[in-house]
Amino acid sequence: MDLRFTAEERAFRAEVRDFIEANLPPETRQRMIEGRVPTKAQTVAWQRILNARGWAVPDWPEEHGGTGWTAVQRYIFREELQQTPAPQPLGFNTNMIGPIIIAYGTEAQKQHFLPRIRNIDDWWCQGFSEPGAGSDLASLKTRAVRDGDHYVVDGQKTWTTYAQHADWIFCLVRTNPQAVKRQEGISFLLIDMRSPGITVRPIITIDGGHEVNEVFFDNVRVPVSNLVGEENRGWDCAKLLLGHERTGAARVGVSKERLRRLKFMAGEATENGRPLIEQQRIREKIVGIEVELKALEMTVLRVLAGGRRAGESRQADPASSILKLRGSEIAQSITELMMEVAGPYGLAAPGDADAEGSNAPELMPDWARSAAPLYFNWRKLSIFGGTNEIQRQIMAKAFMGL
Amino acid sequence: MDFDLTEEQRLLQSNLRRLLADHYGFNRRANYQAEAPGWSRAMWGRYAELGLLGLPFAEADGGFGGGPVETMLVAEALGEVLALEPWLSTVVLGGGLLRHGGDAALRQRMVPAIAAGEALLAFAQAEPQSRYSLSDITTTARRDGDGWVLEGRKSVVLHGDTADWLLVTARCAGARHDRGGIGVFLLRGDAPGVLRQGYSMVDGQRGAEITLSAARAEAVLGEAEDGLALVERVVDEAMAALAAEAVGTMSALHAMTLDYLKTRKQFGAPIGSFQVLQHRASDMMVALEQARSMAMYATMMLDEPAAARRAALSAVKVQIGRSARLIGQQAVQMHGGIGIATEYAAGHAFKRLAAIDTTFGDADHHLRALAAEVSTAA
Ligand SMILES: Cc1cc2nc3c(=O)[nH]c(=O)nc-3n(C[C@H](O)[C@H](O)[C@H](O)COP(=O)(O)OP(=O)(O)OC[C@H]3O[C@@H](n4cnc5c(N)ncnc54)[C@H](O)[C@@H]3O)c2cc1C
Repeated sequence: MDLRFTAEERAFRAEVRDFIEANLPPETRQRMIEGRVPTKAQTVAWQRILNARGWAVPDWPEEHGGTGWTAVQRYIFREELQQTPAPQPLGFNTNMIGPIIIAYGTEAQKQHFLPRIRNIDDWWCQGFSEPGAGSDLASLKTRAVRDGDHYVVDGQKTWTTYAQHADWIFCLVRTNPQAVKRQEGISFLLIDMRSPGITVRPIITIDGGHEVNEVFFDNVRVPVSNLVGEENRGWDCAKLLLGHERTGAARVGVSKERLRRLKFMAGEATENGRPLIEQQRIREKIVGIEVELKALEMTVLRVLAGGRRAGESRQADPASSILKLRGSEIAQSITELMMEVAGPYGLAAPGDADAEGSNAPELMPDWARSAAPLYFNWRKLSIFGGTNEIQRQIMAKAFMGL
Repeated sequence: MDFDLTEEQRLLQSNLRRLLADHYGFNRRANYQAEAPGWSRAMWGRYAELGLLGLPFAEADGGFGGGPVETMLVAEALGEVLALEPWLSTVVLGGGLLRHGGDAALRQRMVPAIAAGEALLAFAQAEPQSRYSLSDITTTARRDGDGWVLEGRKSVVLHGDTADWLLVTARCAGARHDRGGIGVFLLRGDAPGVLRQGYSMVDGQRGAEITLSAARAEAVLGEAEDGLALVERVVDEAMAALAAEAVGTMSALHAMTLDYLKTRKQFGAPIGSFQVLQHRASDMMVALEQARSMAMYATMMLDEPAAARRAALSAVKVQIGRSARLIGQQAVQMHGGIGIATEYAAGHAFKRLAAIDTTFGDADHHLRALAAEVSTAA
């Protein structure tokens, strides 16, 4: 057993870091340091820089633009992006629809979509959840009825992240309402967001941001050639996402970067004329989180090493749940502490962290601005991608025989 | 010991709840918040009619002679609907400074206007550097003829943007952290030299940054050079009111969550049938009842000597902060996605609870204050 990174892996990390330092636009980085989401233009521009370097989709097979890196290299790459911080590759494109088309798409779909996905020529969003189908995704009701060369889609998706930016949406739709097992009547469709009959309505979250949407489908005609995999076998495509990039949910690099920011904030905030970072209790709280994060990081590395030996398994695995649970809880505890450090100024922070020229008083310190919005927004981490209750349920049922 | 309300107190509570039920539904609240000044002047008028605004003042001054219990009942009811009006800043903070620090002439001049809903007050205490310290004051007050002139910057002033009157802490003597040398001054909100920048805070309440340049005070409350004890007393009263408000918000949020657990179905069953959520709802109820007990304890301790009162209120604030965090976070979690959507009430209650924790010191701040007093003797 040797848990250290090899010399090659360390050299690789240096190469990635140098590239990011040299190529990431400073405004993008600054915006992210302040705890704000990069703009669409910033995300796209950065993805194109990575694509030009051949690093757009490290996880894909080499024939489709992947890098051929080991799991550890891919982890290092992602961690470097996260802790710079730089925009991470748009997950809907690179981690979701790309791998699904690679696994289940037709040759024509691969030819057309994959290069555009890599370069974000098309911005994709994920149309799975519905008002009545959250944790119980298989109860989804949006219907697609075959009509000649088209499906006609009717229904509603919700919580659709960045549908307002999207050119395309990949959807789970019900094609066989009679199927005995609900999962067996579902198909996977690619839908052009410009299709007549699609309406996007924003959902504003409690931090004031516009990140999620409702998407309505009213008689939307979708060419049959946009079906991925077989009709009524769409659940297989969806399941692929469960096993994919299972170490990503740990968000170790993001938490490291946020901890760095937290310490910076605790150096700026003062009480009785002294920086908060000098207070023993704040220091203990920060270190307490750092210990948790170190344990998580080592767990991630164990998973990666296991994957390297056994070949990449795509099956669900208790590790995914452990990493998602701890990753979300640690990230949330950092935002709680940021809120605490910001103190009264955390309250004054304007509701909309992204509103340029907002009503924030000029004299309000920048470091305090995003504490409350981030604390509010990151409650989502234990809700999306399978709630933390569902994760615990999966562990108990599937891996512990309870 | 008697935890029962008097007939009059019950009547006050039910009248106020009825008023709020009629006029403070979730959508109404959103409308009040969206339109200037960010809360409802019509509601303010109704509070005045109901007698809320003059409630804690002595009858001799034009008030109705209510005590801490009445204030608790009002705060709790306002908390249940996340009321946005400047009740805390006008009646509890500004009003408290007047009650305990104003001379009879000033009280008789101000109280009738407050009770009638015609005077809004704000307490301009915090400064950019002060965090939760009440004595870290750099704003100065200098004698000028028979009056005072103030200079400095006040920060995160609750409802400071619309207040007709500002009650400002300023240093007349001593060094920055000294307990002595602090006075409380009454200024007109629109006095020359008062610059106010209003904004809406993360929980929808209004705040303001205030710059004072040679702004002239109308009056001094209490001793010009010895006002800190007055400030501490009034802040403790405000924390008691905040505790009760938080209890109202927590109980509404708990009820909302129970409702959701019973109606939201996944996997063919109400999610409230899942045991893990049942246990979570029970933990929320425990936290709520502990908080409620401490809100009552707060009212009981307000008239005790300063040291005992301050320790008690710190303890109250610790429990309120802890309960509020648990209930707020779990309510959002059990609502799933809609817990963080502005279109639903739960997220707003969660935010208000987070803000209450931060107002006048969060749970950790008060824990440290209590820890500093631990000794082997007691
Ligand atoms: C910010 C954000 C972005 C999102 N982006 C997308 C997106 O781009 N595309 C998309 O398709 N979806 C997206 N989602 C939806 C997300 O996947 C769902 O919110 C999630 O699956 C939970 O569903 P729900 O919100 O309906 O909650 P519900 O499923 O109604 O859950 C409510 C509560 O009940 C609990 N619960 C449910 N079932 C059980 C059980 N069996 N045992 C114990 N507890 C249970 C849950 O854990 C939760 O606490 C997003 C959500 C958020 C918040």
